Amino acid sequence: MRNRWILFVPLAIMALLFGAFVYRLVTPAETLIQSQWINKPMPLFDLPPATAGVEGLKSSQLADGRPRLVNVFASWCIPCRAEAAQLEALKRAGVPIDGIAIRDRPEDVAAFLNEFGNPFDRIGSDQQSSVQIALGSSGVPETFLIDGKGIIREQIQGVILAGDVPRIIAKLEAMK
Amino acid sequence: MKARLLIAAMMTLTSLPLEAQDRLPPAPYAYQQLNDPAKEAKAKALMETLRCLVCQGQSIADSDAPLAGDMRHEVRTKIAAGESPDTIRKWLVARYGNWVSYDPPFDGATALLWLGPLLFLGVGGWLAFGRFRRAGGEDER
Repeated sequence: MRNRWILFVPLAIMALLFGAFVYRLVTPAETLIQSQWINKPMPLFDLPPATAGVEGLKSSQLADGRPRLVNVFASWCIPCRAEAAQLEALKRAGVPIDGIAIRDRPEDVAAFLNEFGNPFDRIGSDQQSSVQIALGSSGVPETFLIDGKGIIREQIQGVILAGDVPRIIAKLEAMK
Repeated sequence: MKARLLIAAMMTLTSLPLEAQDRLPPAPYAYQQLNDPAKEAKAKALMETLRCLVCQGQSIADSDAPLAGDMRHEVRTKIAAGESPDTIRKWLVARYGNWVSYDPPFDGATALLWLGPLLFLGVGGWLAFGRFRRAGGEDER
């Protein structure tokens, strides 16, 4: 019997496979799909107002020289409520914030702003998620950092936490 | 302390599931086919190979997630406007990466996936060839 060790090859392969399975079980794969539409201009859109009393949002308004945030949210999105305080803090720091309301009704948006405050200069209503899809966004809330020329510089997926606020202010400041 | 725990337990038991769904009807072309059967067939074939971003194991043709409905509307609208399925797939891949497509392109990351079958066929052929040769040798003896 030459090369007796060759008998152990199947065992070694099984051990390797087993190790791979255990690894994936312990560290699940990333399921957040990041937008590839970064360092590209904002897609062209012209969204009607999401509720009475707040202006709608046009993509051409996003290249006015002032770096800003575009917050993709919805009144029916529970985590968006938790984000309200951070958006308020950013607003107080002088950051212009525009909103895109996904699949929302005017009365629901009004109730949401009434309850959680309105940090938005403008809110466009995206009832069929078409701008969300054009942005490569896959959920709410998501926030896009836009430079003064209307180029998307960063996508933040999920809720902005209190700890993220200083970094966001600094990054927008650096774009000026 | 005990009372507080009891209250907390009761609240957990009786709390209603939070509704995290919108109240809008689905987009027009989310559940409605295009009038032109040829275009609908094209759209259907494309939607079956696009991945839903919410229910990540499903295609947008299979998923009832609102975003999947909106993506079907997007696809059908673009097909109705005369765009080719290939253009639409590229448009989506530019936004969501290859992840969104169930038709992976041939590149560095997927080379093993595409060439794997050939590789295994080659190894199998080589093993079989060795066997047959040995068997043939025994017959001659």
